Amino acid sequence: MTQELAIGFLPLVDACLPILAHEHGFAEAEGLSLRLVRDVSWATVLDRLLYGQTDAAHLVAPLAIATTLGRGRPAKPLSVPFVLGLNGNAITLRSDLAAYVCPAGGLGDPAAVGAALAQVAHRRMASGRALRLGVVHRYSSHNYMLRYWLAACGLRPDQDVEIATIAPPFCADALEAGEVDGICVGEPWNSVAVERGVGTIVLATAQIWRRGVEKVLAWRESVMEERRPQAEALVRALVAAARHFIDPANWDANAALLARRAYLDASPEIIRRAISDRLLLRQGGEPVHYPDFMFQYREAANFPWVSQAQWLYTQMLRWEGGAFDSVEAARAGRVFRPDVYRAALIGSGEPLPGASSKVEGSLAGPMAVGTQQGLITMEPNHFFDGRIFDPAAMPAYLAGLP
Amino acid sequence: MLWHAGLMRIAVVDESAARASVIREGLAEIEDCEIFVVTERRGLVAHIGQIAPDIVLIDLGNPSRDVLEEYFAVSRALARPIAMFVDESDEEALAASVEAGVSSYVVDGLAPHRIRPILDLAVRRFNAFSRLEADLADARGRLAEREAVDKAKRILMQSRGLAEHEAYAELRATAMRQSRRIVDIAEAILTADQLLNGPPPGPSARRPTGRKGHDRTAP
Repeated sequence: MTQELAIGFLPLVDACLPILAHEHGFAEAEGLSLRLVRDVSWATVLDRLLYGQTDAAHLVAPLAIATTLGRGRPAKPLSVPFVLGLNGNAITLRSDLAAYVCPAGGLGDPAAVGAALAQVAHRRMASGRALRLGVVHRYSSHNYMLRYWLAACGLRPDQDVEIATIAPPFCADALEAGEVDGICVGEPWNSVAVERGVGTIVLATAQIWRRGVEKVLAWRESVMEERRPQAEALVRALVAAARHFIDPANWDANAALLARRAYLDASPEIIRRAISDRLLLRQGGEPVHYPDFMFQYREAANFPWVSQAQWLYTQMLRWEGGAFDSVEAARAGRVFRPDVYRAALIGSGEPLPGASSKVEGSLAGPMAVGTQQGLITMEPNHFFDGRIFDPAAMPAYLAGLP
Repeated sequence: MLWHAGLMRIAVVDESAARASVIREGLAEIEDCEIFVVTERRGLVAHIGQIAPDIVLIDLGNPSRDVLEEYFAVSRALARPIAMFVDESDEEALAASVEAGVSSYVVDGLAPHRIRPILDLAVRRFNAFSRLEADLADARGRLAEREAVDKAKRILMQSRGLAEHEAYAELRATAMRQSRRIVDIAEAILTADQLLNGPPPGPSARRPTGRKGHDRTAP
C-alpha cells in the first residue's frame, strides 16, 4: 500500500529533488505518495516538522544541527539520511559596490574581491556606517560560508561588517532600499536582484568551498526510526530524482515544472539557468557558465558525510562562542546518518563510499576513493584559502582559524 | 522580577489586518494586558523593540519569522531576552497552536501559566478566523454557482423559448432524473453552448466554469 509522507519546503531551486520525486513518479515507484508543504520561513518549516505536520523537510543543514543541540530552543534530535545538494548560493552586491570590488566580465576571485571589500569595509567603519550584508538564516550554510570568506580576507564579521538576516523574497528589496550592501542567498533570489537591476553577482559559494554542504532532508529522529522503511524508500526516490535533475535533456521540462505556482512560483528562465550552472551576473549581460554551481548528484553528493556535519559544528562554535566539547561534536556528527543512506541503497547501482567521514578540502585533483560498491572519483573539494578540515582534529582546526 | 506582576504587553504580528483585529478582539477578554498589533513588514524589528513586548504572537505564514527569531537570538544579551515559547509539559497545546497557524515567543522568565491562556485564546481565534475564511470561500463558490445557473436559464429561455420559471423547472427535473446537482447540469449546458456557439462575446475570454481564477503576477 502506498504510504503518504508530508514534506516541508521553501520555494528555492534546491527544493527540486522532493518536488521532482513527486512529479516524475519516483516516489510512487517506491510506494510513497508525497504531499509537499510550502512555507515562507525556515522557522515555520521547522515548527511543522517538530510538531508532526510534516514527516520530513527541506532544511538548511546547520539548522538541523542547531535543533539537535538545543541552540535557541530545547534540544530535539533530528536526523539527516540524505543531502539535497551542495552549494548553489551566490553573493550579490549592490551594483556600484560590485563594480568597485570586482572586475566586470565574470565571477570574481574570492581573495581579490575580499581584499577590495575589506578596504571598503574599513572606510565605511571609519565613516560610522558599517558595511551590512544579509544572509537568509542564522543557522544557514550561507551565513557560515559568507563569514568564512570574510574572516579569511581579514574582516571580522559582526565587528567590521554587520551581518543581518533577511527573508529570501525580500533580498532584492533590501538591496534596492539600501538596507544592505550585499546578500548571500540561493537561487532564484540572486537572479531576481540582477533582473531588477539592483545587484550584481560577484561570487558563487562554490568558490569559497568547492564542495560545501547546503540543504538536507531532515526528519525527527524518532519519526525516522518509526518509519524506517519509508525513510529508506524516500532516499531511493530522491536519488532517482537527482539523476534526472542533472540530465541536460530534462532541464527545460524540470525548470517549467519547478516554476509552477505551487512550487517556486518563479521564472522558468531563471530556474533553468541555475540548474544548468549558468548565472546572469549583471543586468543586460550574458549568462556565465560556472560548472558545479549547484551540485546535486555526482560523486555521491547526497551522501551525508559525518565530517560535513562536524564542519558545520565548528562554525557554530566559531561564531557563537563556547568551548569545544567532544560529546557535543559527536552528537552533531550523528545528525548525519550515512548508515540509513547505505541501507537504502545497498545492492543498487548507486556508488557507496567506503568511509563515513573524510578530510574536507584536501583534494587538489581528481582522486578515485575507496567504496563499498561502485566507483567514485572525487574532484577537487578545496576551501579557497587552502585550509583543510580534519574531523579528527577539530580543536586544532578551530584554534588555527582567523 | 517586577514586570511579571504588572500589565502584560502582547504584540500581535500579522500581515493580515483582518485577522490581527480578530485576535486583538479576542485577547481583549484577558485582563491586565495591553495589545499591540503590527501589520507592517518594514521596520518590524525596530517596532517590536519599541513595544518591548512580554509576548509576541506571529502567524506561521509570516515571511518575517526568521528575521524576528534572529533579533530574539541577538536580544539574549539585552535585559529582557525573548525566546520561543516551548512548554515542554504540554506538547499537545503547542502542536495545536502550530496546527492553528500561530507561533509564540515570550520574554525570559514569564511563567507558563500566564502564557497558556493567551496562547489558547490566540489558537481559538486563529481557528475561528480560518473558519470564517472557509465560509467566505464557500459563499463565493455558491455565488459563482448561482451565476452559472442563471446563465444556463437564459440559454434555455432563448433557445427553447421558455419562461424563466420553466427553464429552472427543466434544469431541476434533469438534475433529479440524472441524480446530479442543478449546478452541474447548468455547467454542462454552458459548456455545450460554448462548443456549439463559440465563447461569449466580450473583451476577454470567459473561463468555462467561471469559478475562480486569480491573476497571475510575475515573480
